[in-house]
Amino acid sequence: MAKDVTKSDKREADMPETTHGGRVFRPLADIVETGDGVQLMLEMPGVAPDDLEVTLENRVLTIRGRVHATAPEKLELVHAEYGEGDFERTFTMSDDFDPEKIEAALSDGVLTLTLPRAEAAKPRKIEVKAA
Amino acid sequence: MYFPTYSHRSDPFALMRSMLRDFDTFGPSRTRQPVFPAVNIWQGDDAVAITAELPGVDSSDLEVSVNDNVLTISGRRTAPDAEDEAVWHRRERTHGEFSRSIRLPFEAEDDKVEARLQNGVLRVVVGMPEAQKPRRIAIKAA
Repeated sequence: MAKDVTKSDKREADMPETTHGGRVFRPLADIVETGDGVQLMLEMPGVAPDDLEVTLENRVLTIRGRVHATAPEKLELVHAEYGEGDFERTFTMSDDFDPEKIEAALSDGVLTLTLPRAEAAKPRKIEVKAA
Repeated sequence: MYFPTYSHRSDPFALMRSMLRDFDTFGPSRTRQPVFPAVNIWQGDDAVAITAELPGVDSSDLEVSVNDNVLTISGRRTAPDAEDEAVWHRRERTHGEFSRSIRLPFEAEDDKVEARLQNGVLRVVVGMPEAQKPRRIAIKAA
């Protein structure tokens, strides 16, 4: 086991540097849209439910997750294939979603966000009157 | 190749980092599928620990086995299901079966292996059996 680093799929986020010097990663996402709204699934391994922060402000959805480093006691890292750090990613939402109605569920390191479309934003059919 | 003008003026290395990242995509490591799961290996005097990020893997779909000095992590990641008329905007996550074997520096005993899956991070700690620990040999004076 040599001290080397190989690449994994995990990529660092395109964000300004952090003051504490820690790395920030971009969680991989699946986004699906249905008639009722949008569902996002983000991979955030190592994030506990208490360390998660989701905000929706001015159409910008921000997802932040803090990761506590998993350093086993009395052991030294000899081979690293992935880096550890916080997760952060922002999305600009196309429609107006109600921040109060966002549902967030975290299981096995995957965050599932369900954003129901606001009633006013649902497509309405406009009746055209004949003149 | 086209590089976008960087908005973070305060960070003079931002452009360089972004260039290096772009070159990465053409490197040999990118032409083949990345190995899953990526592992970090930790070593100490009497134990070895392997950590891996396995987001979306249920503990019932994960199998960790030890055979002599080979540790195997295998399992399955299931694709999220959605209605037929649903539109996928992004599909960055991967799914399917995976298996990875790691050679340990000693032969492990079953009762000295401990695996824990928490928040999508697997941590396997393998203790070194007493019989395989280095022994100090007393040197006799001639």
